[in-house]
Amino acid sequence: MKEKIRIAAGQGFWGDLPDAPVRQAEGGPIDYLMLDYLAEVTMSIMQKQKARDPDAGYARDFVPLMKQILPTCVDRDIKVVANAGGVNVAGCAAAVREVARELGLEGKLKIGIVTGDDILDRIDDLIARGIELRNMDTDESLSTVRDRIQSANAYLGAAPIVEALNEGAQVVITGRATDTGLTLGPMIHEFGWAANDWDRLASGTIAGHIIECGAQCSGGNCQYEWQSIPDLANVGFPIAEASPDGTFVITKHEGTGGRVNVPSVKEQLLYEMGDPHAYITPDCVADFTTIQLADAGADRVRVFGIKGRPATDSLKVSISYSSGFKAVGTLVYAWPDAYEKAKAADKILRARLDRLGLKFEHVLTEFVGANATHGPLAGEPSRDLAEVQLRIGVRGNDRKAIERFTKEIAPLILTGPPAVTGFAGGRPKVEEIVAYWPALIPKSEIQSKVEILEV
Amino acid sequence: MKVRLLQLAHARSGDKGDTANVGLIALRDEFYPLLLREVTAERVKKHFTGICQGEVERFELPNLGALNFLLHESLGGGGTLSLMTDAQGKTFSTALLRMEIEVADDEAETLGLRGATEN
Repeated sequence: MKEKIRIAAGQGFWGDLPDAPVRQAEGGPIDYLMLDYLAEVTMSIMQKQKARDPDAGYARDFVPLMKQILPTCVDRDIKVVANAGGVNVAGCAAAVREVARELGLEGKLKIGIVTGDDILDRIDDLIARGIELRNMDTDESLSTVRDRIQSANAYLGAAPIVEALNEGAQVVITGRATDTGLTLGPMIHEFGWAANDWDRLASGTIAGHIIECGAQCSGGNCQYEWQSIPDLANVGFPIAEASPDGTFVITKHEGTGGRVNVPSVKEQLLYEMGDPHAYITPDCVADFTTIQLADAGADRVRVFGIKGRPATDSLKVSISYSSGFKAVGTLVYAWPDAYEKAKAADKILRARLDRLGLKFEHVLTEFVGANATHGPLAGEPSRDLAEVQLRIGVRGNDRKAIERFTKEIAPLILTGPPAVTGFAGGRPKVEEIVAYWPALIPKSEIQSKVEILEV
Repeated sequence: MKVRLLQLAHARSGDKGDTANVGLIALRDEFYPLLLREVTAERVKKHFTGICQGEVERFELPNLGALNFLLHESLGGGGTLSLMTDAQGKTFSTALLRMEIEVADDEAETLGLRGATEN
């Protein structure tokens, strides 16, 4: 058993710095590289891609990344764990295998494929059997959106990732899985933690929560003494250095920018947190009120003392469904009286939309530069503002109405208040809204499956 | 005297559907009892009038010198439904740091605090 393993976060979301995973693999010793590709509604995009092309439906960026770093990973024995599989994990694995063969790695690499999360084809059957998949936030019945559902996936935990690693996989690709499971899985595999070792499972879970947003714990988006955080241009993504006893150190590669300290780790711990006593995952329930932090040298924070409780009987399910359309238009008004001009433009625009008889479910006006982020808390804007951006958005089920709205923005330049600009982006795009429906499903209903693909 | 939370804490906010969470972390351990006593869910709800349409829940993390607030119905529907610039609630953190609390003069002196109006 290794004394310590180093799990590096490669990206905090799909769309994070493209170089980050490469710099993690090349910038110092690591054992695992974990990558999160799936935001809440990403699966719906992937389902659409698969409907157009049966070979598609996974995070395409993952494949060229593998081409770039697989030789390094094989040389340095770095294993990769990623939920890049989307709704076509086998397709993703096949594409990675092809790239691995091109790199001369035939016979030298095993790819783990984790599936079982996709329940899109089972919804009617589940409902017929009394598994209602009611909305966790509103308790609404799924029947209200049944005909608009685009994807449905259960969040798998660490167990199938452990199984894949146990079977020798060096690259593990999953569909929907918890971010924390991507970090916890390697720990269970290396240290042999039991499925009911709640304290250690909670520790691994919390390590996952800390590093899953990438640099957001190593100096990025950090409020504590932000101006003194060095060299963010070269920010080091975090690494969890985990020990068999469940304690771990959060750190980053030597020579990188950013800063890992107790405050930066605390900020990430509080991110997207509900009830801290009960952070529920498929693997355990972690208690964030038991976490102890201590500085352990420059850019090193030790995390210990964590307690956990037994996992629940359910898995979370993320369902995505179509929910109308939206569009947002913006224009910039310059001094003097920038705010007054922007408000006047908003009034004119709304009067025109009314006159056209356009109906929307929601219309929102914001004044960026004055009070868009803090609303009434920002107080009255200064009369001397250099510029204010009028930002107006509409949402509704009538696509034609949204489209018509988008044609009313540019005309304000020649038919509205003066000193206006910021229209070079062209007509705003009409966006189809895919909304998120969180639900619960009994664990007994989901069987994960692990296959090994030899390159 | 009135003291702004910006002097006492740093913060991080995020989203879960239409709910924004704001974690408030004491800048120094000795500030935590003051935050615990004065930054109540009720006061936070009042502070976010016009922004938070639902309930505010408060959770305590004495191990981290922090409080976690859930501001329900504050993100215009949240996620992809929201039309807000800050649909993810990432700037609610500093919005909370604008809040002022009343601190007795002797306690303020012990803690080395300046009044809000002096900032």
